[in-house]
Amino acid sequence: MAAFASLSDRLTATFRNLRTKGKLTPADVDGTVREIRRALLDADVALEVVKQFTSTVRERALSDEVNKALNPAQQVVQIVNEELIAVLGGQQRRLEFAKQPPTVIMLAGLQGAGKTTLAGKLAKHLKKEGHTPLLVASDLQRPNAVTQLQVVGEQAGVPVWAPEPGNGVGDPVRVARDGVAEAKRKQFDTVIVDTAGRLGIDAELMKQASDIRKAVDPDEVLFVIDAMIGQDAVTTARAFQEGVDFTGVVLSKLDGDARGGAALSVASVTGRPIMFASTGENLDDFEPFYPDRMASRILDL
Amino acid sequence: FAKRTIDDSTWEDLEDALIGADFGPDLTEQIVDELRAKVDRYRTTDPKDLQRMLCETIEERLARLDPTLKLSERPAVVLVVGVNGVGKTTTIGKFARFLVNNGRTVVVGAADTFRAAAVEQLATWAERAGATVVRPQQAGQDPASVAFQTIELAKNQGIEMVLVDTAGRLQTKSGLMDELSKVRRVIEKQAPISEVLLVLDATTGQNGLAQAEAFIEHAGVTGLVLTKLDGSAKGGFVLAVQEKTGIPIKLIGQGEGIGDLTGFTPHVFAQQLVG
Ligand SMILES: Nc1nc2c(ncn2[C@@H]2O[C@H](COP(=O)(O)OP(=O)(O)OP(=O)(O)O)[C@@H](O)[C@H]2O)c(=O)[nH]1
Ligand SMILES: Nc1nc2c(ncn2[C@@H]2O[C@H](COP(=O)(O)OP(=O)(O)OP(=O)(O)O)[C@@H](O)[C@H]2O)c(=O)[nH]1
Ligand SMILES: [K+]
Ligand SMILES: [Mg+2]
Ligand SMILES: [Mg+2]
Repeated sequence: MAAFASLSDRLTATFRNLRTKGKLTPADVDGTVREIRRALLDADVALEVVKQFTSTVRERALSDEVNKALNPAQQVVQIVNEELIAVLGGQQRRLEFAKQPPTVIMLAGLQGAGKTTLAGKLAKHLKKEGHTPLLVASDLQRPNAVTQLQVVGEQAGVPVWAPEPGNGVGDPVRVARDGVAEAKRKQFDTVIVDTAGRLGIDAELMKQASDIRKAVDPDEVLFVIDAMIGQDAVTTARAFQEGVDFTGVVLSKLDGDARGGAALSVASVTGRPIMFASTGENLDDFEPFYPDRMASRILDL
Repeated sequence: FAKRTIDDSTWEDLEDALIGADFGPDLTEQIVDELRAKVDRYRTTDPKDLQRMLCETIEERLARLDPTLKLSERPAVVLVVGVNGVGKTTTIGKFARFLVNNGRTVVVGAADTFRAAAVEQLATWAERAGATVVRPQQAGQDPASVAFQTIELAKNQGIEMVLVDTAGRLQTKSGLMDELSKVRRVIEKQAPISEVLLVLDATTGQNGLAQAEAFIEHAGVTGLVLTKLDGSAKGGFVLAVQEKTGIPIKLIGQGEGIGDLTGFTPHVFAQQLVG
């Protein structure tokens, strides 16, 4: 991270030789836009999103607000920051609860993204808020995913519906459906369904996720994505949007030093709000998503 | 590359493809410049030539380092490290199976004593692979002591290969990185370490380089494993990792099945990256 000069510094450098001139020409702005493009690519924002984003910024940079500014570099950084926040926080919102309990929350995402850990975090958080959550072990694929969820449930002090041993045994759709029925019977007010990790290009497993969705009719489907992901973020996000559709995004592993350009990619390509940030391995490492912090992080401000 | 002659849009497509494969802006620029020079030198206008040159350039760069695993010590101790969720435990399962299939005896050490059900997960893989597993004696046991006991068992029973699993950790967590250095030191008191494999997830972007640098510093990485290449991500960032660190890619993971592990072949990898 430290290897790159911050965008502000770089833009200030680009503008240094323009300072004496009165008005910015399109050529001047092009140089600036190139710097922005590079900064976003270094932060792993997907190329198609970078292109779209820089064209918006370019238009605004050519406008009077920049020409009249005392410090055009700062003004452009300001514009970039504003635009980023707009994309990231377009539809900021909290969890949606069902009018008729139980509220069903389904988790989906690539292998190793942080779904099972998030299930525990959500369970603990909801419990603290006075809800009565039930965790449902619908990952019957990954070795000992069921045990993992049981351990996490114990840490959260939340029961786990795990009628099948997993490791390839049992039907995840049925477990999910029965889990919701169990919640109704025992009056749990929220159900969190953990599912197996799957690739965007794995049609069979994507259909399984969609079948789970149909079986439990969730109020929220949260797409969990690793903040370290690179250019593949858009392809994957699109595949999950088409395959299962999701209502919100959770960005995980934000406790590292990845710049997290995926946040911008996913928000801009899917139009779904980023709702939470997962920031560690412990169950309390979880917070609402703050678009302004994320914008500063991506820009390394 | 479907066009008849190389023009501006060919270069733009090339650049987009390299960025899209996670080569990163710096390396992309370098490769494009190199190819522009080559195209000038050979006075070609055929996009097919350009594509071939691209493939060669990448292959050449990838082939500069030796991808063979060094496992001649007995026991051959392999330590597996990396950030969270990249595929360390799964890779150990696949690798154990590969070694068993080649007539080797294998023990795996469950030195991830932190993550929920990590020990059980490794034990499942060991069973599938036909390897012995050493588990911690109590929850939360010091990972270094589990590693110690694993090597002790290998020595006592004459087991040829030792694969030690470790907990995932982000490279920015200094306490956890120090813990890894300790695991390493404790192992080295008993036996030389043959390989320290850093597992990198193909979906990773530019953060991969920071991961590699930190794990090299704290764990003395000798080889890279690139996992999840069965997905849509190309893993182009490993080229920068290999070039900046001098550490070769040694294994490739492409699936969740026990057989989904292969050695690293620059030619095949370059073709996948470009095609
Ligand atoms: N540092 C950090 N690690 C995390 C975070 N969330 C999850 N992890 C770790 O990432 C690894 C994978 O997490 P899981 O919750 O098992 O991920 P998953 O999506 O359920 O994985 P699969 O079920 O295999 O697809 C584990 O080591 C977790 O402890 C986070 O926010 N920060
Ligand atoms: N598609 C695919 N999935 C993989 C591959 N390797 C591992 N996985 C999956 O990725 C997820 C994480 O794998 P693990 O082996 O648990 O990763 P880890 O690095 O040990 O994780 P932690 O110990 O939590 O840090 C699991 O769902 C694996 O099945 C691969 O090559 N391809
Ligand atoms: K991952
Ligand atoms: Mg899971
Ligand atoms: Mg593991």
